[in-house]
Amino acid sequence: MSKPVEVNDSNFDQMVLQSKTPVLVDFWAAWCGPCRMVALVVEELAGEYQGKVNMVKLNVDENPKTASQYGIMSIPTLLIFKNGAPVSNIVGFRPKAELKRSLDAVL
Amino acid sequence: MATKQGYDVVIIGGGPAGLTAGIYAARSRLKSLLVEKGATGGWIINAGVVENYPGFPEGINGLELANAMQQQATKFGLEMLTAEVTGLELKGEQKIVTTDEGSIAAKAVIFAGGSDRVKLGVPGEEEFTGRGVAYCAVCDGYFYRDVPVAVVGGGNAAMNEALELTKFASKVTVIHRRDELRATKILQERALAESKMEFLWNTVVEAIEGEDTVKRLKLKNVKSGEKSTLDISGIFVAVGFRPNTGYLKKVINLAGDGTIITNEKMETNVPGIFAAGDIRSASIRQVAGAVGDGAVAAIYAERYISGK
Repeated sequence: MSKPVEVNDSNFDQMVLQSKTPVLVDFWAAWCGPCRMVALVVEELAGEYQGKVNMVKLNVDENPKTASQYGIMSIPTLLIFKNGAPVSNIVGFRPKAELKRSLDAVL
Repeated sequence: MATKQGYDVVIIGGGPAGLTAGIYAARSRLKSLLVEKGATGGWIINAGVVENYPGFPEGINGLELANAMQQQATKFGLEMLTAEVTGLELKGEQKIVTTDEGSIAAKAVIFAGGSDRVKLGVPGEEEFTGRGVAYCAVCDGYFYRDVPVAVVGGGNAAMNEALELTKFASKVTVIHRRDELRATKILQERALAESKMEFLWNTVVEAIEGEDTVKRLKLKNVKSGEKSTLDISGIFVAVGFRPNTGYLKKVINLAGDGTIITNEKMETNVPGIFAAGDIRSASIRQVAGAVGDGAVAAIYAERYISGK
């Protein structure tokens, strides 16, 4: 299974915005319990969507620039990027089946 | 998907009640499976520090406590499954639990799924969720540094949220529909002494307004009927909890608020089906209570299975 890669303020453009493949960004922080729940689901999805959607995570505490640029005010938040722009915004924990529907809708 | 067979007990929910039931069931050498839709830990992973669980005089971080309970349960052989439970059927003595990852057959089931936060149900709440409307101060307090915020509610959850927010926000206004707090006395004392906190009594939120993000609340005093506006950048909702038990209505007896009715053995009206923790009627909504419920449920489940 391919684990979600950590991205940061400096490589966000290259890893997410320039990506030819859609990218799901998991905005999280160490103090946030529900983020753990989401991280587990995203990890599972990373395997299932390998080659179709890249799964990455961004620590909002260490990368405030990107987090504020996309108006993140609640974590966990998942943003799905396609061709450099966010196309789907999922706030809070959602069951795996629902996340799959959100992913399939943008593919 | 095939039905998973051969389990003695299936535990639904991985919070303190479910994990404790798991520890007891596994140590009784019951073949036990715990089903949780997300990460284990339940509500306490939203809490910063748990101060009232015995054995930790300095308090313990909710996440750490949850991790330790899970390690303890799996050490004794509890199996874990990540899935969302969608239904329950009875086939003679067998209980069939349906999930989005297939069905599981077991001799006994312990429901320990806790409850979810109740929403306010006012205009603007859905629209601004994640853009000023929040439900977890430990998670989102960080995003409200040096700005005014409001907390709605007067119970323990609301006071914990409000006190957490005083670390970040410039001012925390507590909006409560009664004229006194329901929170435990020590939390009340702390909240009332906190200089950053203000209280609006007998007040309800009628609407949440803003542009890109939340800017203000429309309020109403329930005694005088007087309406007012409060400028804030964030609103944290902590008005109560409701268990997710709709799918059980046809199978076991529920109270009017959706909680599961049990006796002192944590038995429901159906033999072999138990409930523990916040999902149960008259739960005290405390980790210590959930842990006690979980132990009782697992011990009586073992007795049920062995026919004692």
